[in-house]
Amino acid sequence: MKIINPSPKMNRRSFVKKVLNGTIAGSLYLVWPMGSESLEIPEQIPGIRGREYDIHNQEFAFIVDITRCIGCGSCCVADKREYNVPDGNFRTWVERYVKGFSDEVYVDCPNGGLDGYQHPRKDITEKVRDTFFVPKLCNMCREAPCVQVCPVGATFKSPDGFVLVDEKRCVGCAYCIQACPYSARFLHPVKKVAQKCTWCYHRIRKGLLPACVQVCPTGARKFGSMKDETSEVYKILKGPGVLTVLKKEMGTFPSLYYEGARREVI
Amino acid sequence: MDTAYSFAAMPISNYVFPNDLHVHWSMMIVLYPYITGLVDGAFIIAALYYLFDIKTLRPVARFSLLFALAFLCCATLPLLLHLGRPERNLNMLLTPSPTSAMAGFGYIYAVSMGVLVFIVLFVYRPDLVELRVTSKGWLQFLYRAMTFDSIDLSEDALVLDKKIIRFLVGIGIPIAVVLHGYVGFIFGGVKANPTWSTPLMPVIFLFSACVSGICAIILAYIVIRKIKGRTIDHRCIKTCIKTLTLFFILAFAFEMLEVFSHSYLRTGYHHMVEGLLNGPLADSFWFWQVKIGSVIPLIILGVMGIFNIKDRLYDFMAAVVSTILLLQVFLMRWNVVIGGQLMSKSARGYTEFHPEWFGKEGILAVIIVMVIPFIILFVFSRIFPFWTTGNETDV
Repeated sequence: MKIINPSPKMNRRSFVKKVLNGTIAGSLYLVWPMGSESLEIPEQIPGIRGREYDIHNQEFAFIVDITRCIGCGSCCVADKREYNVPDGNFRTWVERYVKGFSDEVYVDCPNGGLDGYQHPRKDITEKVRDTFFVPKLCNMCREAPCVQVCPVGATFKSPDGFVLVDEKRCVGCAYCIQACPYSARFLHPVKKVAQKCTWCYHRIRKGLLPACVQVCPTGARKFGSMKDETSEVYKILKGPGVLTVLKKEMGTFPSLYYEGARREVI
Repeated sequence: MDTAYSFAAMPISNYVFPNDLHVHWSMMIVLYPYITGLVDGAFIIAALYYLFDIKTLRPVARFSLLFALAFLCCATLPLLLHLGRPERNLNMLLTPSPTSAMAGFGYIYAVSMGVLVFIVLFVYRPDLVELRVTSKGWLQFLYRAMTFDSIDLSEDALVLDKKIIRFLVGIGIPIAVVLHGYVGFIFGGVKANPTWSTPLMPVIFLFSACVSGICAIILAYIVIRKIKGRTIDHRCIKTCIKTLTLFFILAFAFEMLEVFSHSYLRTGYHHMVEGLLNGPLADSFWFWQVKIGSVIPLIILGVMGIFNIKDRLYDFMAAVVSTILLLQVFLMRWNVVIGGQLMSKSARGYTEFHPEWFGKEGILAVIIVMVIPFIILFVFSRIFPFWTTGNETDV
């Protein structure tokens, strides 16, 4: 029987080539964004995306509602993932307060609350009267001691009210760490520069909420613009509710407010 | 809450903010004010002779200047070792933040160094002129620069030198006060830390600086003279001890005043400070700094001031009291710098500090940094004679 030669245009080599090309093209088709709008995360802070950001005409506030915090630690996990925070250092953390009937206050914060408070404290012998969780983060002070003491201007206040650190300027003297009354700062063990919570400034500029706010399952962390009268923080801050700031006597005028904070909270 | 009660509860309620567990300012920041303190105290001795004409201090006057200069050369070493990014240290001078006290360091340091170098050059001009004449090549060029290109040693020129020295020492005193008072202010200006935040802090630092510097001069003078087998000028030692007594009484009074003020005012943070001094710092503060380091020297200084003691014994006692006080001042720096950071800003607990041996801020590094000024001093001794000979009547 005469063997019919295959067409020279469709030999084994060209067949494999075509299959490979098809596979690559198909894969590209799957990952190529067909119109970026379809994958865009919806704007979370209204009035920022797509508009000119007037940096001199912004005011933001952060509110922590202690009565809502359940100590799940999601905010801490989100923060650690957002910034790859080195172990043993914390941009944000959640404290557990336990108050006994003797009025003794027991506070702890194992691993900064990263693991969530899944078990009650076993070392308290007296009857527990009350317990609550207190998330902590940068207070974004209007008169920030860290900005004042930084000898090289690496820690600075942006015109829109954020206290930020320029890692390229920081000399790692740790004076800002000493000066922060809230211990919100740490020295990065590898970069050897000061770091702290920025309220996720990079996200805010894109109209996104801070990572911790976004993941909070109970709405204990709230963030928004004070220039937006419809925002939750505006309504709370301009409303009749009782709000406090931490260490008021320090005269730092924080932009971080606490709702339902007990007098034991420092 | 009384102290006993707070300690009973400490293991359970000893809450330290998670970022406060680490002590950021460690031994190098203890060493830095210690070194600037030695510089200040030594300078005071020189100033007493050159400006205030306390003639009995003549034997140590030149040495004090060189001692101050040797240590001032090393004052930045601990800071560079401490900085996380030491390669950016010039940012302090290039882009200083006007609101920061620390930003002033570079300028204050540079001015201090400049003034001290000029004082030393003018004081040693006759010696340097002699060296210039006998030297050759690049060494002669160096001496020419160091003598301001003048070999004039006429009486008029020396009188002018003396006037210049008096002027430089005169402006040197406020600069020395600023150099070390500023160090105290670095701590005193931290409102977040209640053990530091007091206007007394620069004052305490200044007086203890004078104490440590004078002690260092007394001890170094006695030890070097003994090693060299030369006589010790007893009148000089006596004047140094009298000056030391004055400064130490002031330093100790202010140190205690700070503690007393805290405990009497009983402000919100009083219990935390009280707990710190009676807890983690009980040994290093109350026992070593106050009882051993302060009360015993006070008694010795009292005995030396009141009773007539034989010269040899007096000099021995001077060396002993100087050694104890040098340790006292170091402990005081330790208790302020490290101790102050043991107290968490949570106002509920205390952290711990364990010094390391081999890190860049470790014990070994501390020893090396403290040895370097003595090496510099040795090099200085090859160029500048420490002691004026007995026949000379003036600087």
